[in-house]
Amino acid sequence: MLLISCPWCGPRDETEYHYGGQAHVAYPHSPADLDDRQWAEYVFYRDNTKGPFAERWMHSTGCRRWFNVLRDTVTNEVLAAYRIGEPRPEPQQAAAHAAAQAVAHAGGER
Amino acid sequence: MAEQITAGPARLRRSPLAHLEERMRAATVTGPRGVSLSEWPYITMVSLRVDPESEAAARIEKTLGAPLPRRCGDTTSAGPHTVLWLGPDEWMVVSQAEHPALTAELTEALDGDPGSVVDVSANRTTLELSGPMAREVLEKGCALDLHPRAFEPGQAVSTQVGPVPVILWQTDEAPSYRLFPRASFADYLARWLLDAIDEYARPEVT
Ligand SMILES: [Zn+2]
Repeated sequence: MLLISCPWCGPRDETEYHYGGQAHVAYPHSPADLDDRQWAEYVFYRDNTKGPFAERWMHSTGCRRWFNVLRDTVTNEVLAAYRIGEPRPEPQQAAAHAAAQAVAHAGGER
Repeated sequence: MAEQITAGPARLRRSPLAHLEERMRAATVTGPRGVSLSEWPYITMVSLRVDPESEAAARIEKTLGAPLPRRCGDTTSAGPHTVLWLGPDEWMVVSQAEHPALTAELTEALDGDPGSVVDVSANRTTLELSGPMAREVLEKGCALDLHPRAFEPGQAVSTQVGPVPVILWQTDEAPSYRLFPRASFADYLARWLLDAIDEYARPEVT
């Protein structure tokens, strides 16, 4: 069971979330100009990263917000969770961020 | 039949757990290992969505007489209303006021600005779980830390009990909890809770 820290609600079990695939995949600027191959790559092709991977999750039984998670696909460790619109943290930075967040939540919750 | 038609729609409605009322009453356990479960049907609930920094939010807060809580877990109360945080721009107002009046007042306060006010009283029903063992019962199927150091009266969160998504609100130190499952999950959740309560009616296994 993964323990994921929703940027709004704090740490909750994986069962409260839905997975949304790779994060930071931008919608094509002018989709009509793409040929079939480019469109197929946008729709179907995703990275198969070994190591830190940015992916979307949705807190479906909590606040129902989409957000991004940086997860190590080798160890399954959740390195960071960040709100939509925030930049992807670097893995080292992310580990520090995760530690700080854990402390903040422990202190923040009464 | 004719009698039912003249009685009007309000008289015809059945709460989602009316069929379990007797069983829930019979399951009550008293004493130091006490716990009880009951349905509070037809409570007014209004879904509210608005940007918390907007003028519309300020007008709504004035109408409610309470600020909109800004943090997960927080609730605010004023008179008959309690406002539960559901998301950064989403709340549920639980109220003893009548739902048509409350919905109309909040809609007027929103005044056509971006946001929504929707009467969702029929979306969920309310279960009250209370007594010294209430927290133990919930802990059988809720991963949240419900210990008083982490969760206390006046806090409410959207989470899961067993496999059922609920809004869980602690109302006092008995402890008493109100659980708001969607109507279609209410039967399952009530039976799940009855099963979880069952052991406290028997001698403690040591
Ligand atoms: Zn959340």
